[in-house]
Amino acid sequence: MELLTNVLAATVVAGTPLLLVALGELICERSGVLNLGQEGMMLMGAVAGFAAALSSGSLLVGVAAAIMAGIAMSLLFAFMAVTLAANQYAAGLALTIFGTGLSAFLGAGFVGSSIDGFSRVAIPLLSDIPVLGRVFFDQDALVYTSFIAFAVVALFLRYSRGGLLLRAIGEDPEAANANGLKVLLVRYLAVAFGGGMAGLAGAYLSLAYTPLWTENMTAGRGWIALALVVFATWRPERLILGAYLFGAASILHLVLQGLGWKSSTELLAMLPYVVTILMLVLLSWNPARTRLNTPLSLGQPYRPGS
Amino acid sequence: MLLLERRPVASSVMRWASPLLALVLTVITGFILFLVIGKDPVEGLKFFFITPISDLPGLAELGLKMAPLLLCAAGLTVCYKAKLWNIGAEGHFLMGALGASVMAVQLSAVSGFWVLPVVLLTGVLGGMFWAAIAAGLKTHLHCNEILTTIMLNYIALNLLLYVVHGPLKDPYGFGFPQSIMFAESALLPALIEGTRLHLGLAFGLLAAVAVWVLFARSFIGFQLSVIGQDHRAAAFAGFRVRQLTWFAFLVGGATAGLAGASEVTGPIGQLVPQVSPGYGYTAIIVVFLGRMHAVGIVAASALLALTFIGGEILQIAMQMPKAVTALFQGLLLFYLLTCDAFIHYRIRLKKAAPQPRSAAVAAAPQEV
Repeated sequence: MELLTNVLAATVVAGTPLLLVALGELICERSGVLNLGQEGMMLMGAVAGFAAALSSGSLLVGVAAAIMAGIAMSLLFAFMAVTLAANQYAAGLALTIFGTGLSAFLGAGFVGSSIDGFSRVAIPLLSDIPVLGRVFFDQDALVYTSFIAFAVVALFLRYSRGGLLLRAIGEDPEAANANGLKVLLVRYLAVAFGGGMAGLAGAYLSLAYTPLWTENMTAGRGWIALALVVFATWRPERLILGAYLFGAASILHLVLQGLGWKSSTELLAMLPYVVTILMLVLLSWNPARTRLNTPLSLGQPYRPGS
Repeated sequence: MLLLERRPVASSVMRWASPLLALVLTVITGFILFLVIGKDPVEGLKFFFITPISDLPGLAELGLKMAPLLLCAAGLTVCYKAKLWNIGAEGHFLMGALGASVMAVQLSAVSGFWVLPVVLLTGVLGGMFWAAIAAGLKTHLHCNEILTTIMLNYIALNLLLYVVHGPLKDPYGFGFPQSIMFAESALLPALIEGTRLHLGLAFGLLAAVAVWVLFARSFIGFQLSVIGQDHRAAAFAGFRVRQLTWFAFLVGGATAGLAGASEVTGPIGQLVPQVSPGYGYTAIIVVFLGRMHAVGIVAASALLALTFIGGEILQIAMQMPKAVTALFQGLLLFYLLTCDAFIHYRIRLKKAAPQPRSAAVAAAPQEV
């Protein structure tokens, strides 16, 4: 029981960065913009957050810097993909390659430094619930932030006027524009939200998960998050389940090794990526279903009047 | 007020001017960057762009780095022309290196002229196998190829790490994760005696020629282009989209696999964990920069090969982080895409007009 509780708690921790970045991308994709630059934005968030926390001594300053870095990166993408109507695939790839390089360049001086990252804060009463209390209510502040972000995104999409506008633009920007909606502005905001969340997810890695900075420390999580959004068929409720599922896959090798299962670290380290492909297969084999759920204008540049 | 206005016809001048403009902007940004971090910009840019190619060994080294980029880019061009977003060249490359290494170690006690071709062929098959997984997932299970190829890249990397730490590890290698040195008969011959430049560059140039023939002279190339421009039109014309998709992926896998095989049998001579400094990813930039054209990708692969060597020189000469290479590559692609917008659009200066912006744009001539 003790072991199970710990594994579940570790699953939530491992799933948190995926949940954060995927929530941002979900909003972005619902507006019709596919941003493949998640990995680059996360890395910039991670390095900016770590550098700011290290030099200011405040984790909150670190988190703020990470979010700003993510937003700044996403605005570069928005300029290319929304204003200049560039190919979104290419622009997203450019963002990832650029972000990987820039973060490694800026972070070169921080490799080897360490800070005291976020520590666990138990929520009174709730954390006393057997098993679930430890799993969900005895975590660090950023995990709680991810719960709030999930609730906000889910409620926003389902119940708010803004959510309706966002979905309308993602389905048919032409019609939305004809109805007087500011398509480009909304898309900018959606992309920036995605950038902020990716930055926050990066901060989670460098300030909580492993409080240090190493090159490429995201290890493909930005890409897994993109798969996660497809897996969740663009719905937040499925997204949170998927994030913890992927979280579990990514710590499975630690669990197995903990249980004394002898296998190569490298082979076990493949698991999250293999699981991602299997999930994509499960979700995509029926193209009609994918078509039904995908925002109609996803990935297509739109310029009013052209 | 600046206004983007759609050109009536896409600008062919801009299509080729854009990469040059992007390079100029990258150099200017680099200049500013050197100033900001307090290094001599002229010196820095000289180390980066001029020093590497100022003598014969330097040029040979450039050719050495060009070979894998050109091979990977040639294969990716075939995919991207058909708008198949294969990001998996890195994985194909690693599997090529892995396959070739397994065969080379198996044949380490054998000599004969056939050893090298067999080793290279195993590498090609390794790359094709990895690409075939992505192709099958795409054509039969409708999985997005971007995500599957990226995941396959990570899986290939871990597989390679497993093999150099395990089955293929040199028992007398002092515990280093690396294979034994390959036998002489499994090594690529040098192109220029006394340098490290090997036959791999010739493979790359041949691949570029093949790409040119494919798209300028063959029906398959034409079909691939049509798929890229209008998927539905290709289906209506009765093109076998599924087979063509497989063809593009397998070509991509084969060339990148050959690149990986050439790398382990060429300059390295054994399997090591760091067999690729990201050639497969950089090749994506080569394809875009080279305008998906045979001549273009040759020039672009030379430029990006230079960024690898220039980065190494800056690291030694000016104590810059190695990441300066990735930074330059990222900037270049970034500026390229920005400049590419002006292939289809032009800037028009407009006095702040009272009419709504959408109406002003709508009045602009439509593309024909």
